[in-house]
Amino acid sequence: MDIFIQQLINGLVLGSIYALVALGYTMVYGILELINFAHGEVTMIGAMVALAVIGALLGASPELPGLMVVLAGVLVAVPACMALAFVIEKVAYRPLRKAPRLAPLITAIGVSIILQNAAMLIWGRGYISFPAILPQGRHDILGASVTDLQIAIVGLSILCMLGLVFLVERTRLGRAMRATAQSREVAELMGVNVNTVISATFVIGAALAAVAGVMVSAYYGLAHYYMGFLLGLKAFSAAVLGGIGNIAGAVLGGMLLGIIEALGAGYIGDLTGGFLGSHYQDVFAFMVLILVLVFRPSGLLGERVANRA
Amino acid sequence: MEALLSVDRVGKRFGGLAALDNVSLAVRAGEVYGLIGPNGAGKTTLFNCMTGLYTVSAGAIRLAGKAIHDAKPHRIVKLGFARTFQNIRLFANMTALENVMVGRHICTRTGVLGAVLRGPASRAEERASRTRAQELLAFVGLAGRGGGLAGHLPYGAQRRLEIARALATEPRLLALDEPVAGMNPSERRDMAELFLKLRDAGVTLLLIEHDVKLVMGLCDRVAVLDYGRKIAEGTPGEVRRDPAVIEAYLGGEA
Repeated sequence: MDIFIQQLINGLVLGSIYALVALGYTMVYGILELINFAHGEVTMIGAMVALAVIGALLGASPELPGLMVVLAGVLVAVPACMALAFVIEKVAYRPLRKAPRLAPLITAIGVSIILQNAAMLIWGRGYISFPAILPQGRHDILGASVTDLQIAIVGLSILCMLGLVFLVERTRLGRAMRATAQSREVAELMGVNVNTVISATFVIGAALAAVAGVMVSAYYGLAHYYMGFLLGLKAFSAAVLGGIGNIAGAVLGGMLLGIIEALGAGYIGDLTGGFLGSHYQDVFAFMVLILVLVFRPSGLLGERVANRA
Repeated sequence: MEALLSVDRVGKRFGGLAALDNVSLAVRAGEVYGLIGPNGAGKTTLFNCMTGLYTVSAGAIRLAGKAIHDAKPHRIVKLGFARTFQNIRLFANMTALENVMVGRHICTRTGVLGAVLRGPASRAEERASRTRAQELLAFVGLAGRGGGLAGHLPYGAQRRLEIARALATEPRLLALDEPVAGMNPSERRDMAELFLKLRDAGVTLLLIEHDVKLVMGLCDRVAVLDYGRKIAEGTPGEVRRDPAVIEAYLGGEA
């Protein structure tokens, strides 16, 4: 039972990170019907930039409070990723707006390869460790051990998601985004500058991705130029699980995927009599993706877009 | 006198097919201008050229002297030219009020930062936008129905909502693409009343319609398209007597 609650909590932490990244996939898909495969790499760049800032600050004065240093890293990583996503959309996707759908998809893969290699050239091929400067407190909840960091990750994720919901549901830009998602053409004919809305969508998704990137590297204690690949694929699976294009779906899918993965990793050893170990946890995300695609391709909360003219 | 909207020798080809050929017309400020013609005559194509959905193959379109045939749709809206659609195209998953508020988009300016920080200016703007949207809903006869999803409104109400949404952009010229299609006679009369109310409020109307009776009763001037060409233009009385029009509508040598 302890292990169940422990893994549930671990899954929730992992899941809130997946959810943040999945939101970026789902928002872009909702508006452009493009799967932005470079999004995982944007997350990686967020982690890398934050770590560079953290490293530089600690190098300059090691006795700075850890929380502030990490916060500074996030505050640099977020605008950096926003700018990056803005440029990616403008340079790589916008010229292909009217091209067949396969073209931007392939371009997205190309962009992600470029970003990976750029990161490798800038930050090297090795693992970069996340300095142990964050508070290390542990709490006992229902027999499971929960760290300060885990609480912070879940709390910050929820805050980001609430912010996003507010933005989408209650603001002028959000209204324009929803209108554009339903019909780009009509939104434009009602005076919405669709290009601005699309740019904003990429930029907002990138901001969430940057936060998620820092969280992931803080959680696992390291970053790597290749980390965005698997993270991106899992977040994409989460978005598909929830119903791609649907914001609530991305959150639900992310959380579920995190929990499934954590529980799977916790019990796979028992279930297979020790034949498979917890390092097989990555299998679960993609098993879920396959099952969803086979049995419910529109996802848990997805609706088939019937009213698209 | 400078026309509000002038269409100058416009042509539009789709491959080998000339959907519009050398069409010229001029809509004056303050009038109700009708565009009629048999199915496939090119009426909607002309609408799409005017509103920036299609690029013209030849000719020029000007709104109050400014060329708009190369402009992006949202720029054209900003210049004061809004439209509705033949097949209703509302944002079905948004509320009626939100639909109208999307139309307010160009009249508001709060950026992302302002909206997130909730400055007093952005809140005031959002409130004003909401109030104006409610006024417009009331104007088209949908007072108190802003809260429901647009897709759940009855057909006639959806047509009215499209007009309210277009009006939210504060247009000088409003183009209505078959606004009474599928309506019964009493609904049609109500819509005609709404159009006159709009004209009296200072909005110039450009009306595509199949219902010749409605057009003849409502419009100050009418143009007739057939096979992508303008075959007649004038007051309803003149057009009704035009032999080319009679032939286009009745066929043969009527």
